[in-house]
Amino acid sequence: MGTIPSSTGTPKTNNIGLTVVEYKGGKTTLCAGCGHNAISERIIDAMFEMGVDPTRVAKLSGIGCSSKSPAYFMSRSPSFNSVHGRMPSIATGTLLANQGLVAIGVSGDGDTASIGIGQFVHLMRRNIPMIYIIEDNGVYGLTKGQFSATADLGSKLKTGVINDLPPIDTCALAIQLGATFVGRSFSGDKKQLTAMLKAAIAHKGTVMLDVISPCVTFNDHEGSTKSYKFTKDHEEPLHDITFVPSFEEIDVEYAEGETVDVTMHDGSRLRLHKLEEDYDPTNKIEALRRVAQAHEDGEILTGVFYINTKQPTFMELLNMTEEPLATLPEERVRPSREVLAECMERLK
Amino acid sequence: MATTDLAVHGSTGQFAGSRIVNDFSLQVATVNGSGSQSANTVLLRTIFQMGVPVSGKNLFPSNIAGLPTWYTIRANKNGYIARKKEVDFLIAMNPETAIEDVKVLAAGAAVLYDEPLKLNAVRTDLTFYPVPFDKITATVCPEAKLRKLVKNMVYVGVAAHLLGLDMTEVEKAIRRQFGKKQKAADLNVNAVKAGYDYAVATIEKMDPYWISRMDENRGKIIIDGNSAAALGCMFAGVTVVTWYPITPSSSLVESLIDYMKKYRIGADGKATFAIVQAEDELAAVGMVIGAAWAGARSMTATSGPGISLMSEFTGLGYYAEVPAVIWDIQRVGPSTGLPTRTAQGDLLSTAFLSHGDTKHVLLFPASPEECFTMAQDAFNLAELAQTPVFVLSDLDLGMNNWMADQFQYPTTPIKRGKVLSKEDRDRLGGFARYKDVDGDGIGYRTIPGNSHPASAYFTRGSGHNEKGQYSERPDDYRNNMDRLNRKFEYLRTLVPKPQLVVNGTSEVGVIAYGTSHYATGESRDQLRKEHRVELDYLRVRAYPFSAEVHEFIAKHDRVYIIDQNRDAQMFQLLKLDLAAEQTEKLRSVRNYDGLPIDARSITSEIASQEGK
Repeated sequence: MGTIPSSTGTPKTNNIGLTVVEYKGGKTTLCAGCGHNAISERIIDAMFEMGVDPTRVAKLSGIGCSSKSPAYFMSRSPSFNSVHGRMPSIATGTLLANQGLVAIGVSGDGDTASIGIGQFVHLMRRNIPMIYIIEDNGVYGLTKGQFSATADLGSKLKTGVINDLPPIDTCALAIQLGATFVGRSFSGDKKQLTAMLKAAIAHKGTVMLDVISPCVTFNDHEGSTKSYKFTKDHEEPLHDITFVPSFEEIDVEYAEGETVDVTMHDGSRLRLHKLEEDYDPTNKIEALRRVAQAHEDGEILTGVFYINTKQPTFMELLNMTEEPLATLPEERVRPSREVLAECMERLK
Repeated sequence: MATTDLAVHGSTGQFAGSRIVNDFSLQVATVNGSGSQSANTVLLRTIFQMGVPVSGKNLFPSNIAGLPTWYTIRANKNGYIARKKEVDFLIAMNPETAIEDVKVLAAGAAVLYDEPLKLNAVRTDLTFYPVPFDKITATVCPEAKLRKLVKNMVYVGVAAHLLGLDMTEVEKAIRRQFGKKQKAADLNVNAVKAGYDYAVATIEKMDPYWISRMDENRGKIIIDGNSAAALGCMFAGVTVVTWYPITPSSSLVESLIDYMKKYRIGADGKATFAIVQAEDELAAVGMVIGAAWAGARSMTATSGPGISLMSEFTGLGYYAEVPAVIWDIQRVGPSTGLPTRTAQGDLLSTAFLSHGDTKHVLLFPASPEECFTMAQDAFNLAELAQTPVFVLSDLDLGMNNWMADQFQYPTTPIKRGKVLSKEDRDRLGGFARYKDVDGDGIGYRTIPGNSHPASAYFTRGSGHNEKGQYSERPDDYRNNMDRLNRKFEYLRTLVPKPQLVVNGTSEVGVIAYGTSHYATGESRDQLRKEHRVELDYLRVRAYPFSAEVHEFIAKHDRVYIIDQNRDAQMFQLLKLDLAAEQTEKLRSVRNYDGLPIDARSITSEIASQEGK
């Protein structure tokens, strides 16, 4: 989907003439089977299929297993692996310098919900136009398996330790704070995650995706609520998600009343096909209620919980000139001799 | 009023015939939030307009309203503008502190005071001028709620008569202060006149202090260091500014906001900048580093507590080699310290801010002119050397009004450093971000958005090789650290050179930096006159130290280092840089009471260490 079939023998190219190879990253050093690697693959698919120019992408991260992963996708895109929990400020600065960039931030549950919660909160409320992905496994991997703040109440570590504090629901937080595209997915749900990422690319505003991404080494055992098995058994998709880029026609028709269509800024469409219940993703209060309900019911609710295509982004509020501030020529950033003379005159 | 109060008990006639002209310090003691700032500025400006060298220092509490505040004006015909230790003329308006304020005066000082305070009962060796301020104020200000503010202008009027200030200049200063607010200006002019007329009619001048017109200030401006820094940053072409409010740096960014809104909006109505109030100093500096990584000229301004919070990110800036300009308007620490008092206490913490072998470039502006020029130096250096640069101003420089020469338009173009364009990248065969191509330790960088398909690199705070790839190899780590050191050594030749203020033949030298400059200069004159001690003088303007600093120390037998901190931080920083036999020459002079350093304290200390 999103690709142009090419003559036999040559690889497919996307609508800007690149092959998927040109979206690849370095060889992963994460554990075999790590959910994060699957997410990297989905990012590659989505960016390729959406025809995003890799040289216009900026990859940003903090510290942790998740934050290493930008090295494993899109080597043609500049990347900044910064400090623990502070990717939001790096991302904000990057976009202030060049608002034309497509910014994708990769964080983890520790990097976001503990050390980085302060910056996370303020990124969300500013509606910084970027994609913020939490690769959420409920544990600290690089320091060998301590609980994070998204671990569920009663979840058990390999060592037998039980988590006795409630989890922070980063989606509920993001919706409440002002993010304009919030969803949860599962690294093992290829179709859903790819569709969500493509919609995320089309969205103008903060996209916050919490992606359950099991840690095969420290949190994939019996008693963990973030294991592959537990997630597969308890995942409750809100809807089937289809993303139709602006350059494609809708090819699947559903009966009336079964779908909610959201038109994105670039004219593309996010089509949410109802499964068991009616759900309006533009209703903020309902979104918060439904996410809370899922906790009560012990289900891992996935899908696009909330979307708002009307809210201005932080960059729009700043009324900046369209060209990147980073490369404005001297004559536009250094006022004239006359201006200095005027300033001096006022101070005499 | 009781005219007998005017009697100068015990010292009548002491000053008869001996005028002290253009050489005294005047202090106004008021209550924070009473609106005395306008009145004090009018006094300062009047003296300035009369061509007499003058400085004003606001000693204020960390409080919105209600606590005591003092404003000291020093007028000096020789151009000494450092704080003078002694107060010669006190205007006592604050009942809370009045008695103490009077008690600490040296004999012979004059006290203009609010009559009900009855201060003349406190001492017999001072000149007292009681004034019924409330009565005078009521006659010119029918609106009761404005009287608290207007009362301040009445003391300006009384002082104008006593000190011989030119009333046309006073009125000019008031009109300037209130700008387009014609009604407010009229009200204040009337209040000053009422005070003046009262003084003319009632008070007999008994003290020796006078202002007399000179012509020393032609073409000069009055500006605070923070506004000068703001102007410097604007003309340096800053595009991204982030901040978290903190005294005494907030006014730097607030002034910058005003200037940028006025002069950096394009014809299309769009801003050529972004200014963001961050959630804390961690985020402020994170945004600066993110923006600089993406190619913007970016900066933040803070003070000590903010510097502590910026530790981790500035280490990243050093190691990942990202430019950043960080203004530290130093205040008194440790911890919250004295937020509204001045110090030079952040040298060591900023020089080595962050863990591991981190070191940073520091600039030490000593005047508004240098706040302006060093803003440009800081951005150029940060981008040329791809590293954070700290500008260490202080509260005294940042928040007080200073006389300054008019700023000169930048003579050199903006220097963006080694940034590769797409075309550069095309021309070069390979690209290794951290390779020392030119032997100066500085690699070439690309910025995001470069459309060359092989222009991207991976920026990280973890160990890396020349290509920016993750590496834990001992040789990669060591080579990288050695290259960073080469760069730092090269920076000795790039930073602003020290000012050799006096390069004479004395065997004794003095080194000062920042706002200690003025007291140091005055102290040199005192030492010469009073103790026959001649000091050569070098003013350090940057760290790492350039060769001239080493040469100055090598040339002298003893070198006094003036610090406004307890731990002799410049002295220590120099010691780290010098050969062992040179370190023995260093002597330390320190001031750390939260007040701007004064010449007398330096003179006493050096005289004592010189065995005088």
